[in-house]
Amino acid sequence: MARSGKRRYTAYWLLAPGAIWLVLFFVVPFYSLVATSLYDPNGSVLSGYKVTYHFSNYWHALKSYHPELLRSLWYAGLATLVCLVVGYVLAYAIAFKAGKWRNLLLVLVIAPFFTSFLLRTLSWKLILSDHGFVVSTLQNVHILSHDGRLLNTWFAVVAGIVYNFLPFMVLPLYASLEKVDGRLIEAAGDLYANPFRAFFKVTWPLSLPGVVAGTLLTFIPAAGDYINAQLLGGPGQTMVGNKIENLFTTSQDYPDAGALSMILMILIIGMVMVYIRTSGTEDLV
Amino acid sequence: MTDDPRLSRRTIIKGGAGVAFGIGSVGALRLFGTPDAKQNPADCTTRDLSASDKQFIISNWPLYIDENSKKNPSTLQRFEKATGINVSYTDDVNDNDQFFGKVKNQLGTCQSTKRDMFVLTDWMAARVIDFGWIQPLDPAVVPNLHANIIDSLAAPAWDPKRTYSAPWQSGLTGMAYNKKYLPKGIKAYSELLTRSDLKGKVTMLTELRDTMGLIMLGQGTDPAKFTDAQWQKAMDALRKATNDGQIRRFTGNDYVQDLSAGNVLACEAWSGDIANAGDDNLVFVPPEEGMMIWADNMLVPNLATHKTNAEKWINYYYEPEVAARLADYNQYICPVKGAQQAMEKIDPGNVDNELIFPTDETLKTTHRFMALDESRTKNYGRQFSDVTG
Repeated sequence: MARSGKRRYTAYWLLAPGAIWLVLFFVVPFYSLVATSLYDPNGSVLSGYKVTYHFSNYWHALKSYHPELLRSLWYAGLATLVCLVVGYVLAYAIAFKAGKWRNLLLVLVIAPFFTSFLLRTLSWKLILSDHGFVVSTLQNVHILSHDGRLLNTWFAVVAGIVYNFLPFMVLPLYASLEKVDGRLIEAAGDLYANPFRAFFKVTWPLSLPGVVAGTLLTFIPAAGDYINAQLLGGPGQTMVGNKIENLFTTSQDYPDAGALSMILMILIIGMVMVYIRTSGTEDLV
Repeated sequence: MTDDPRLSRRTIIKGGAGVAFGIGSVGALRLFGTPDAKQNPADCTTRDLSASDKQFIISNWPLYIDENSKKNPSTLQRFEKATGINVSYTDDVNDNDQFFGKVKNQLGTCQSTKRDMFVLTDWMAARVIDFGWIQPLDPAVVPNLHANIIDSLAAPAWDPKRTYSAPWQSGLTGMAYNKKYLPKGIKAYSELLTRSDLKGKVTMLTELRDTMGLIMLGQGTDPAKFTDAQWQKAMDALRKATNDGQIRRFTGNDYVQDLSAGNVLACEAWSGDIANAGDDNLVFVPPEEGMMIWADNMLVPNLATHKTNAEKWINYYYEPEVAARLADYNQYICPVKGAQQAMEKIDPGNVDNELIFPTDETLKTTHRFMALDESRTKNYGRQFSDVTG
């Protein structure tokens, strides 16, 4: 009896460090965020803020900042889609066609992480600069008008997000494509499926866990990102992350900032739940 | 494990626990209020380690101090050599509000920021002094400050005896353009807001008082004394220009790169930045409407552990020769009397530089922004940042 009792507690002892960590750095800050979203809006930094359960902060934040919320979802969605198309091709090539180059290519996918996120985004400013070769080439072939630009437009922001989050798409896709048994595709061919059909009947369904994981890992951080919009966008490209940052640090309007953060969180959790349900891969994620 | 349709005991216990947890959580939220940020500098002090720990930590704006070279040691290097104090100099102030946000939690609750000095613009300096976050300077250690500060900066309304603050540099807000891409240049600030060939090629500053002050001057409003209606009119002009895509971006100190690269043809600019950008194509222009004038002030926060060292730094930079050396590099208005004479030895070409030593004539064309109370600061700040992003 004594031994089994001890054994029963061992599990809890092993869980304790993780649990304490989560309580201190997740649960407590989460309560603090909820409390902030319910502050009395008449407070100020100087006089302090009291929790008065002021639920209309949510309505106020939504009314004032819904354009930024929608824009964030739109940019993040578009970027995720582009990442999926580009990332799938890349992951497929690495998994099936790369041969001995496979490891090198994988390292190259991760390589950008060796330099800072900020530096990589700043270098996009040089690439897309108004007098840089990309813009002048596009102007010469009349894709852009002669005074058209890319930097500080929605295109630059979405391109920046795609670039920065692409590895998060490629790695899970690669992990699930790599597990696909090549013989299944051969078998599909033996049964007179053309390559297209074989792809959609065999490879794509088997790679779905990677697709779901990759899209989630891309979409969620992209929707809350503000660095790309700040450095590559302009005042018309403000995302919800910029607004939250601005409300907290510049206007010091904590109630609105808290409410907006909560709205973003609830929205994303809701969307993710619906997404996982409909893609029918609960057991895979 | 029965199929009893009535509630089992386990369900009731679970439900009860859930409800209790919910009520407890809602109540616990009250614990997460934000306390007021007012402090009393007399109560929030620490032992000064200056004598035993010969170092000093300062946060300043980017591009704000002369560079060191073998042939010509910087003023910072000279200070270290003369006093034996090791200086940690960081340029992490890019925006007054952002910096305020960075130190607010520590200073508001009487905790150390691990800094002995930071440099903030007049209005923000007034605000943090009012919050009680700043230590008074010991007059015995900073005799140069009180002897040498120029008259126009000696007695601002928010610190009439310079008890808490010492200007690092003063400067002018006007405009700049890149003559390589815009050979004809610009003359009036209102052109930035309306000229169609500049559409999408203009940046403005996130500093509310500079941007709104210049717009007001263009509308014939005095930025030192305006009504809410006049503020709204200026705000409308800014909002329109932003929505029309006229303004490409709102920036802090980082506008120079865009201007230099030609992404921006003309912008709102601070006088010294352009002179020391190292690009001859960039030209600073005083707008026809007039210019805004401001000063950035050295402040010693509560719980600074090297306060005396910080005061020695202030005293050092108020020696005319040192001030002249700094201004020669920075090209901002020098706050120190006698520096103009000292400049003759350092760089005779700059003795008559209006950006460093403005004449009274020039000073007459400059304007200051009205002091705002805490509720206006919040309200105006919110309107402004809703437009600037």
